[in-house]
Amino acid sequence: MRDARAAIGALALAALAAAPSPSLAEGDAAQGERLFRPCAACHMIGEGAVHRVGPQLNGLVGRAIGAVAGYEFSDDLVEAGVDGLVWDADALDRFLAGPRDYFPGTRMVFRGIRSEEDRQHLIAYMRDAGGVAGEVVAEADTEAVDPEVAAILGIAGDVPYGEYLANECTACHRAEGGGDIPTIRGLAPSVFIAGLVAYRNGSREHQVMNTVSRRLGDEEIAALAAYFQSSE
Amino acid sequence: MTINRRVFLGTTAAAAATLSAPMIARAQTRARVVVVGGGSGGATAARYIARDGGDAIDVTLIEASRQYYTCYFSNLYLGGFFDLEDTAHSYGRLAGHYGINVIHDWAAGVDRDARTVSLAGGGSVPYDRLVLSPGIDFIPDSVPGWSVNVQDRMPHAYKGGTQAALLRAQLEAMPEGGTFAMVAPPNPYRCPPGPYERISMVAHFLKENNPTAKILIADPKEGYSKQVLFEDGWERHYPGMIERIGPGFGGDNVEVDAEAMTLSIDGVVETVDVCNVIPAQRAGTIAFAAGITDGNWAPVSAYDLSSRVDPNIHVLGDSAAQGAMPKSGFSANSQAKVCANAVVAALTDARQFPARFSNTCWSLIGTEDGVKVGATYEATDEGIVASDTFVSQLGETAEVRAETYRESLDWYEAITTDMFV
Repeated sequence: MRDARAAIGALALAALAAAPSPSLAEGDAAQGERLFRPCAACHMIGEGAVHRVGPQLNGLVGRAIGAVAGYEFSDDLVEAGVDGLVWDADALDRFLAGPRDYFPGTRMVFRGIRSEEDRQHLIAYMRDAGGVAGEVVAEADTEAVDPEVAAILGIAGDVPYGEYLANECTACHRAEGGGDIPTIRGLAPSVFIAGLVAYRNGSREHQVMNTVSRRLGDEEIAALAAYFQSSE
Repeated sequence: MTINRRVFLGTTAAAAATLSAPMIARAQTRARVVVVGGGSGGATAARYIARDGGDAIDVTLIEASRQYYTCYFSNLYLGGFFDLEDTAHSYGRLAGHYGINVIHDWAAGVDRDARTVSLAGGGSVPYDRLVLSPGIDFIPDSVPGWSVNVQDRMPHAYKGGTQAALLRAQLEAMPEGGTFAMVAPPNPYRCPPGPYERISMVAHFLKENNPTAKILIADPKEGYSKQVLFEDGWERHYPGMIERIGPGFGGDNVEVDAEAMTLSIDGVVETVDVCNVIPAQRAGTIAFAAGITDGNWAPVSAYDLSSRVDPNIHVLGDSAAQGAMPKSGFSANSQAKVCANAVVAALTDARQFPARFSNTCWSLIGTEDGVKVGATYEATDEGIVASDTFVSQLGETAEVRAETYRESLDWYEAITTDMFV
């Protein structure tokens, strides 16, 4: 498994070196850093990056899609990686323009960036700050789990209680998901818990979600995660 | 044919019916829950009780209309942002998928000793637990000169469907430079930001179609929900178009004449082209018929929404005096789920969980300019109290406001799915 991933990464890197995308060269990393701010609510990049609500992004450019260790990706992204797709400049540009247009099953809650220029800035920043696949500029810790998230992951969720608590969620979150309010069914507990914890401690901002999550105790988040994992 | 449990129970009930004792025979088999009112509270309660009660509970929903039009989002229809047909919902899936016995009739009375609900069309329905969610009715003579008899000339449009369509038609027919008047209601009333979202949507329509028209609001209240956000939005989108006369200037002393199409404020009579009268409100009539009201509303326990007068009756949504929650569709839906859990737990061996509530009220001020206010709530002996609140801020970016608006569209889909699908 490890070898296969390394091989894919190496292939991608070779492709990148052989044919550097001209558009990629145009991005301004300094502007990209500013554009990355909202992304930072869920993603870490640079020295010591760990998976949070979203995967850490070190070595993103050129790495296989949905394949970084220690993060539970949606099926759509995992399948893309298995099919050999990598995050080259074109794939990143397409994803950032409209994540769900590219991968309808992605769990990333983001409508996309309309400006092609801004997308290029962002890609340039991620390449500079996190490096390209196989060429480490900053160490990531893919084993690290936020202690707050780890504590809740260790609790066996009470599914019937979770189902009752979920009644509050379903007033806004449809099973099919909406354009802005996503589905939360079938989420991996690690992703679901990291998401609610980020809302609860305010590192991810949303007035409704911050208010709703502030009154959830660890037991309640564990119960919700267990219920939503079990409900497709 | 195979005799399974369900068929067996059915034939028992049928046989008992011929002996004129269906209530006793069925009480020994399945518990009976009757829900009156198929709106946000009632439809949600019926759906959740049927879903969670399974074969142990027989659910009947009594609702006069075959199609339910939500009151929320009818303002967006007035503004041209939403189709009226998209506010309509049917009870087909509640009957077909959840096995709810949907009766399209008016509940005329409640015999609390016999535990039956009588129907306007004749007959009665027995219950073990009764859930009343009848929304609002208007207090007679709260606006002198107005009654439901003149609602076709001066619409309230505070129940969805035909009244909203009528108000929209009157808006379209307004003469150039005409006056749209609203008589706003005193507290407490359904949907606290509703009248002011309506003003916003009317202003949006007029700005596009009749830009010299004026809007006049006579308001008996000093202040109202999200006031600074609305006033800021009106100044930005519709400068000079809207005049609000509060209680200090006679907004609490109005009279209308539907024949003459006049509105009198503190004795000053003005002829208007459209007059939207939103009268003072009280609990739906069936709550009074059941004898469970105190003043204008039906007091309930915060823990399970049971009536403080009769524990076998639960009251949801607008009609309930529950404490701090606003009278909104979101609140009714939230209360219905707590009530459903309590009712199912009382009638089966299912677990009962602590009551917890939440509400968000979205309002649209102009194109892609949405705002919201909301809170989480908990139950106390005295009533429902707010635990944490939020509200949109002045000066938010256009992107934040657009996102708030788009989220309100997602919410509409979600809550109507939660009620009817």
